[in-house]
Amino acid sequence: MFRLVGRSFLAFVLSPEPPLADWIDELDAWIERSKGFFDSRPVMIDFSRIELEKPDVAGLLAQLQTRGLRIIGVEGVDPAWLGPGLGPLPTGGGSARVVEITDGKPSEDEDDPEPSEPEPTALVLDFPVRSGQSIIFPNGDVTVTGSVASGAEIIAGGSIHIYGALRGRAIAGSDGNAQARIFCSSFEAELMAIGGLYKTADAIEPELRGHAVQAWLDGEILMMTPQN
Amino acid sequence: MAKVVVVTSGKGGVGKTTTTAALGAALAQSGQNVCVVDFDVGLRNLDLVMGAERRVVYDFINVIQGNAKLSQALIRDKRVGTLSLLAASQTRDKDALTEKGVARIMTELRDKFDYVICDSPAGIERGALLAMRHADTAVIVTNPEISSVRDSDRIVGLLDSKTEKAEKDEQIDKHVLLARYDAGRAARSEMLGIDDVLEILSLPLLGVIPESQDVLRASNLGSPVTVSNPASSPARAYADAARRLTGETITMTIPAERRNLFGLLFGGRAA
Repeated sequence: MFRLVGRSFLAFVLSPEPPLADWIDELDAWIERSKGFFDSRPVMIDFSRIELEKPDVAGLLAQLQTRGLRIIGVEGVDPAWLGPGLGPLPTGGGSARVVEITDGKPSEDEDDPEPSEPEPTALVLDFPVRSGQSIIFPNGDVTVTGSVASGAEIIAGGSIHIYGALRGRAIAGSDGNAQARIFCSSFEAELMAIGGLYKTADAIEPELRGHAVQAWLDGEILMMTPQN
Repeated sequence: MAKVVVVTSGKGGVGKTTTTAALGAALAQSGQNVCVVDFDVGLRNLDLVMGAERRVVYDFINVIQGNAKLSQALIRDKRVGTLSLLAASQTRDKDALTEKGVARIMTELRDKFDYVICDSPAGIERGALLAMRHADTAVIVTNPEISSVRDSDRIVGLLDSKTEKAEKDEQIDKHVLLARYDAGRAARSEMLGIDDVLEILSLPLLGVIPESQDVLRASNLGSPVTVSNPASSPARAYADAARRLTGETITMTIPAERRNLFGLLFGGRAA
């Protein structure tokens, strides 16, 4: 028997925007501020927000690769333009599934598959998230009853709720959901991001430190306010 | 059944080796049969702190590679008869520790002793992971400063995922031992307070060891502080911590700032 295991994981999508030079400068600044952020994270490039000729696409991809980005796919351009090793993106995406392929006949119940379990849309963690741990949950909200340590990170497709202190990174709305919010009982975060817009600790009003805080997106601005 | 305790921290220089020696000696002094094991292959120190550096013939790696029997490599302490040391090799590196070999020796040690105390190397690499691998209990040594606390937090995450117990979905007992604590500096906010550390790590406290010259003196003498100067405040703190490790409930005494007349007159801090 031959086993194929399906695996889903979170990849970051970069969408270059015109003017391209400014966009690259901004990317460099982001890499400078968050060294190592892209080290172990796959990245996909979405060209749908910018019009480029074939050589420009190749040039941009080469430039991104020299910055250490691990590009696993490209979308928004003619697939024929891409070199070997870079394919167009598969559409959709799903949960991990084990597909068993036998060399016999397909089993009979194949036409009538069991209705699959509904995917959980919330993740509740009853333990503190330790430094170096990374909780990635693209399907919905993440709730942590303890604290999130300095050097730990939570990446959620939906909102993030932390009933202890947030000392690490919280990245909500990781798939671009601008409605996502972040709540924490004691704000001491290193970085907050919603829908791809982020603020580092340096850029956040120091008065908020130690307070219960809510963060949300107002257009293109990450807003934060103390909770009472 | 013997209890395997790992003394770990992530960060270097916080007092893992001192703690291993002091806790091991304190447990042995109370009548338990104890073996302290140095996992810091290539940078061994436990033999020095235990005053056994001139008696090492065979080490951990020799036993792993089958060049010596475990009984030949164990060094019995001259002061406390129930205390033994398994030294690390200074000439090899951590790749010489194999997962199978470590597992075999830990099983043998469990048969021979009541407590096996593993002195972990700093870092989160192979040596540290092998030291924690078979532990039932972890003593996480932390200094009251933010870098040490964050590294300890990282180690706690590894203890919850990379140990044999964690892989069997069992909980490993975890305790914080706060070393080099200076009440005066904590009061002046020059270092983290005990509450701050416990709040960040959210783990039970095994003991608070005061910053003290007695600890340094003991290391230089090659004697665990609980043996060389049992009346000193760090020795008493370690002895209490060892009793808590065996399951006794003992009231926590927090070392207070002591000022002598000279200190009071000049507003300085007494040594």
